[in-house]
Amino acid sequence: MSTMNTVGRPTAPVPHQPEHDYKHPTLTGGRGLLQDEHLIFESDGWFKTGVDLPEPRGNGSDLGALVRHDPIGLPGLSEPQAMRHYVRLSQKNHAIDLALYPLGSCTMKHNPRLNEKMARLPGFSDIHPLQPISTVQGALELMDQLAHWLKTLTGMPAVAMSPKAGAHGELCGLMAIRAAHEASGEHARRRKVLVPTSAHGTNPATAAFVGYTVVEVAQTADGRVDVADLASKLGDDVAAIMVTNPNTCGLFERDILEISRLTHEAGAYFYCDGANFNAIVGRVRPGDLGVDAMHINLHKTFSTPHGGGGPGSGPVVLSAALAPFAPAPWVVNDGDSFRLVEREEDEAAQAFGRMCAFNGQMGMFVRALSYMMSHGSDGLRQVAEDAVLNANYIKARLSDVMSAAFPDGPCMHEALFDDSWLEGTDITTLDFAKAMIDEGFHPMTMYFPLVVHGAMLIEPTETESKQELDRFITALRALAAAAKAGDVERFKGAPFHAPLRRLDETRAARAPKLRWSAPEGHNMAAE
Amino acid sequence: MHFTKDHEWVRLDGDVATVGITKHAADQLGDVVFVETPEAGKTVAAKDSFAVVESVKAASDVYAPVSGEVIEGNVALATSPETVNADPEGEGWFAKLKVSDASQLDTLMDRAAYDAFLATL
Repeated sequence: MSTMNTVGRPTAPVPHQPEHDYKHPTLTGGRGLLQDEHLIFESDGWFKTGVDLPEPRGNGSDLGALVRHDPIGLPGLSEPQAMRHYVRLSQKNHAIDLALYPLGSCTMKHNPRLNEKMARLPGFSDIHPLQPISTVQGALELMDQLAHWLKTLTGMPAVAMSPKAGAHGELCGLMAIRAAHEASGEHARRRKVLVPTSAHGTNPATAAFVGYTVVEVAQTADGRVDVADLASKLGDDVAAIMVTNPNTCGLFERDILEISRLTHEAGAYFYCDGANFNAIVGRVRPGDLGVDAMHINLHKTFSTPHGGGGPGSGPVVLSAALAPFAPAPWVVNDGDSFRLVEREEDEAAQAFGRMCAFNGQMGMFVRALSYMMSHGSDGLRQVAEDAVLNANYIKARLSDVMSAAFPDGPCMHEALFDDSWLEGTDITTLDFAKAMIDEGFHPMTMYFPLVVHGAMLIEPTETESKQELDRFITALRALAAAAKAGDVERFKGAPFHAPLRRLDETRAARAPKLRWSAPEGHNMAAE
Repeated sequence: MHFTKDHEWVRLDGDVATVGITKHAADQLGDVVFVETPEAGKTVAAKDSFAVVESVKAASDVYAPVSGEVIEGNVALATSPETVNADPEGEGWFAKLKVSDASQLDTLMDRAAYDAFLATL
């Protein structure tokens, strides 16, 4: 007889139940804790509202003939309906708060909750950029402090705080470079920007957007910039080079000093893509490498949320040569108070303009400074050290079953594999990545950088414990073994356990459905 | 038919060159989802980027193998980019050029040389 509690209900699981047929569909479409969910437009709540407001009294409408009589075409939901809709959707998605998110070059690290607490302090969160300066002295002081530490960590004399993400920072940097060439009268002649083949796609896109012709620089067999090729392309028609260091192959550019020397000798400026600054922060100062402009992704290196969790923020540090052209606004510390330089006059006479209406991503400034202050200089140094250590641990533990793209020597903060180890298996990088979804991991970056065939770029970041890295490595080793053993179905059919199975990426790109339109008989039309 | 190291092919008929990307290039790109071909009347120099091809994996520039004036871009590719995968060296052509210097073709590879080049990749 099984153990009974006082109300007579068995407390232990009933021994053996016949295996339930998992393929049998549920009545609701949900699967246990995973609720089925449709588009918000397909809810039945078109004429509901979450808040009861009294009809406005008094003056009537000033809109005259422009008053709308048709339904507005937006679903209306009660608060619990709206809440459940977004919570259900969020549970179908991967998140850094859920598991390892090793998306190379994106630096998906943990966002410390202390930063969130600081960002919610009313003195930072309940202010408006048009408030009188005297009432936001604390916010300006914070911006000034963050600017100070960004300049200190990079060894650069100036910083433009307002760019709102990495590519926006690139745009700011290249506009400063263009302004400098215009000021010296060389703009008409210097029309080219040199970009290595392994660059982030945003680099050539930015250069083209600013009006330059992009010229590619070759890469050496060991994954670095080909200095001889660079030298042959530098000349008095080149405005700038754009180099990422560490580069997108996860490697430090050993010839970086020679690269900056050659660039300056040719009268060009050195733009450094700072997306990978997290690998060298506290250890290397870009200013010492001869960099003239570099954006810093606060949302990568300094842990502010991104990838759906929050906006990016991309301040740009500038060399003395480019500093006069920095965009307004910036904060000036007058000793006993702080003020904003807003107009392109006086000390900002040469500013090339401005990047956005106000001061940039204030909420991210607070989080980034919170991260810096809580780590201290020794802590930030350890961030870079642990990021590199973790990537090398992954590279070392996987190199015997997968093929490292650049096996010689250590990598920096990300480990890059090619797909030569999958040769003959009929399994592609894409298939392998889909199988990782089944194991509960976000796939690594695939097919980038383009210079490596079937690239798999893994960036674990410093915030993963050894235990989590081992879990990841164990799963990848088992998947690699399954691939080599010929278990093709496991990969071609993956993901099996995700809320949606393999999606048709080709059809999604060729014939995207970008708009919801009401099906016949939908109650949206009724009123 | 002649080939470039960037995996374009060119076929000369009189002074009109038809240009496209090779089967190897189409296979490496995977499913092509977008093609931008040049407009008639545009003058291009050899090695200039003159078209764009985008697949689910990557976006790439397509370079003109020879100099000349564009007579026609293959506008059908805008609505059926899959033709590039199905028939890269036939219906999936990108553009026709009026060649300004036919001797430029001498610098390109023939089929045997291109196949040998692919074997080294």
